[in-house]
Amino acid sequence: MLIENPLMEARQVTLYYGASEALRDVTLQAAPHQITALIGPSGCGKSTMLRCFNRMNDLIPHVRLSGQILYRTHDLYHPDIDPVEVRRKIGMVFQKPNPFPKSIYENVAWGARLNGYRGNMDELVERCLRQAALWDEVQDQLRKSALALSGGQQQRLCIARTIATEPEVILMDEPCSALDPIATLRIEDLMRELKERYTIIIVTHNMQQAARVSDYTAMMMLTDDRAAGTIIEFGETQRLFTTPSDRRTEDYITGRFG
Amino acid sequence: MGVDNFPPMLVLRRRSRPGEWLIQGFLLLCALLSILTTLGIVVVLGRESWLFFGDEAVTLSEFLTSTTWQPAIGHFGVWPLLNATLMTTTIAMLVAIPLGLGVAIYLSEYAAPHVHDFLKPTLEVLAGIPTVVYGYFALTFMTPLLQNLFGRETVEIYNTASAGLVMGIMILPLIASLSEDALRAVPRSLREAAYALGATPLETSTQVVLPAALSGISAAIILGISRAIGETMIVSIAAGAGPSFTLNPFEAAETMTGHIARISGGDLSYNTIDYNSIFALGMTLFIFTFSLNLISRIIVERFREVYE
Ligand SMILES: Nc1ncnc2c1ncn2[C@@H]1O[C@H](COP(=O)(O)OP(=O)(O)OP(=O)(O)O)[C@@H](O)[C@H]1O
Ligand SMILES: [Mg+2]
Repeated sequence: MLIENPLMEARQVTLYYGASEALRDVTLQAAPHQITALIGPSGCGKSTMLRCFNRMNDLIPHVRLSGQILYRTHDLYHPDIDPVEVRRKIGMVFQKPNPFPKSIYENVAWGARLNGYRGNMDELVERCLRQAALWDEVQDQLRKSALALSGGQQQRLCIARTIATEPEVILMDEPCSALDPIATLRIEDLMRELKERYTIIIVTHNMQQAARVSDYTAMMMLTDDRAAGTIIEFGETQRLFTTPSDRRTEDYITGRFG
Repeated sequence: MGVDNFPPMLVLRRRSRPGEWLIQGFLLLCALLSILTTLGIVVVLGRESWLFFGDEAVTLSEFLTSTTWQPAIGHFGVWPLLNATLMTTTIAMLVAIPLGLGVAIYLSEYAAPHVHDFLKPTLEVLAGIPTVVYGYFALTFMTPLLQNLFGRETVEIYNTASAGLVMGIMILPLIASLSEDALRAVPRSLREAAYALGATPLETSTQVVLPAALSGISAAIILGISRAIGETMIVSIAAGAGPSFTLNPFEAAETMTGHIARISGGDLSYNTIDYNSIFALGMTLFIFTFSLNLISRIIVERFREVYE
């Protein structure tokens, strides 16, 4: 095994949306306090894989999953596991910023309150906004609607909101795809800081981004019969980007693919 | 090649497009028609009410303050009728708002697709039942039920509680269906955001989805209230005939609409004071629903959570 003590692990996961297969026999590990990147062409199942880790797929009717998703020692798809509790430990940031149509303050406070946070809320909101590198821009307008923020600010607010619930793992699905290069770099800096406290799994289409921020990279691609996505190569980012062992990985990261 | 298929000269001059004009004109006509109809109604109501208040037997202050409505002996206080209307409406909304919202939330947030596809049309059938059926349902089912529960001595045969409860059942599908549409229109991404923070389905639907759908839901509620205020058949059949001022929901009382229906059903001659009084009542109804709409607009403006 590549990673000795993974915090999260997918073991031989196969997933169907109704009758159509989306993932086949995917095995993947995420090391604690490291950033794991999922890369691969569009439609190969990266988002689907990511959403298995916090049982977000439960919200879609007719999804069937076999195999195991392990978090520490727990099998997350075991019938005794409560998906609500899972999502409190494993947060998610989406591709399109989706702040609540509430105030900036309330966006951060809401999740924390749900999770039973009992400390000083003002303090928590400030701390999370600072961690998300947003505090300086919004400190005078905490009562303003979050929808008045720019896309990049909204995305950082979504990160702040996720941090406020104190998860252990943060899943990010192309968090920078709607942002300009400067906002993207800020979020990347942020991820490097966040990894001190959290374990991060990120989906990205941006090869440089994967190379810049991640410690491990998983290359996903459709199976040969083009029916479902699977992981064709997984390894330390440095190694995978310099000496890919699979020809398809090399083609993809050098832009020769498709 | 493609370029050669276009005319050689570049023409950017403004072109006239008669089709656009025609459609625009037609749509404007439709809008004007509904405005004109409303105006027409207001004019007629206003004119006849003017005649009513012009009569020396009537004063505006008596109309607005007195609790006796006895046209035969020249008493025209609107309160007995207004009070009955307010009572049946309140009772109806106490049933229709919580149940309607409950059904809407269940349908949009909880129901499995096949349950939803079965329940929603059923609900809409319920909305299509003629009100006269509801009226007799109130009289022959709800009233006996209330009498069994609270005793025959306390519950009269005709009473506002029975009419109000059944009216609530009648309005429930309207509120449920419109509210569900509003809830469904809330983007998926907001629900996902809530779930990803560890919210339960209940927390998600009541604290995120419901507030985001507020403007649609309040429109549904206002429509429901207007419907309750204007409802005639059920109250005519089940609430009682004869204006009496009572705050007891188990006693008979006549609503404004019930009164109008009963009076105009008799042989009423044109331009008598009884005849004109109907229009004054109609005007009162109109003012009520109109202000309701206004108030709701203000409320929605202030509290709604806009999403993109
Ligand atoms: N809700 C759904 N219902 C049915 N099929 C779905 C659903 N979501 C995704 N799929 C299918 O599963 C496959 C993988 O989709 P997924 O969104 O995971 O790809 P992706 O790698 O994230 O693509 P992209 O890079 O474009 O975001 C696709 O073929 C897609 O059509
Ligand atoms: Mg995706």
